[in-house]
Amino acid sequence: MAADAPKKLLEPFLWTLFSAGGVVAALLMPVHIFLFGVAFPLGWLRDLSHGRALALIEHPLVRIYLFVFCSLPLFHWAHRFRYTLYDGLQIKHLNEVISVFCYGGAIIGTALAGYLLWRIL
Amino acid sequence: MTPHETKGAVQYTPYHPRWYRMRVSTYWWLWKWDYLKFVLRELSSIFVAYFVVITLLQIHSLSRGPEAYARFEERTRNPLMIALNAISLLFVLFHTITWFNLAPRAIVARVGGKRVPDIMIAGSNYVAWLVISAAVAWFILR
Repeated sequence: MAADAPKKLLEPFLWTLFSAGGVVAALLMPVHIFLFGVAFPLGWLRDLSHGRALALIEHPLVRIYLFVFCSLPLFHWAHRFRYTLYDGLQIKHLNEVISVFCYGGAIIGTALAGYLLWRIL
Repeated sequence: MTPHETKGAVQYTPYHPRWYRMRVSTYWWLWKWDYLKFVLRELSSIFVAYFVVITLLQIHSLSRGPEAYARFEERTRNPLMIALNAISLLFVLFHTITWFNLAPRAIVARVGGKRVPDIMIAGSNYVAWLVISAAVAWFILR
């Protein structure tokens, strides 16, 4: 019973992160994937030069934006992927391992994003 | 009638009926479009995470100087990468559409005592999406 209490507090928090990440991914990710993943590599649009990209990322607001862009969608992934494995593959016995992998991955990704964006100047 | 008396103590034989449980295949979601749609929507999260990783690699190469950044750009021009990105774009668009279409179920807004129609709530999400996408594209391309 005692072990249940933190879980009950944690679950709404994780769901909020999932939801916020879902909004960020829905609103921002299509344009990013289109530009950086398809349009620039195919030469449809002129790619950003190193100097121009660096000039953009030097602005603190751009770095905060990129931090949010990386972090919240990772928590969105963690939550969804966890339940996909849980429901889809019926591997309930691996629940703990899956949770650690998913949320751990999101936390590491967030820390990495923070570190990379902090260090870039 | 008393088979256990020979061993000295009366033993209780537990009898438990077998639970009735339908066997569900691991691939239960493959056979119905609604279920498949649900699983595809959930799988879109993998492509979301994939593109975050690509973005982190890009930021990393950016910090390492022009040569590293050029190498990163060269790698993104690999046809396999572009194909994977195009698939990711489709999945993420699927996420966007399903997310916005669910919004009216999450947000029950009332104006003047009347419930705002679903299409207004979903519609305002789509408008916001277009405006934000255009703003981001303008900021990057200007």
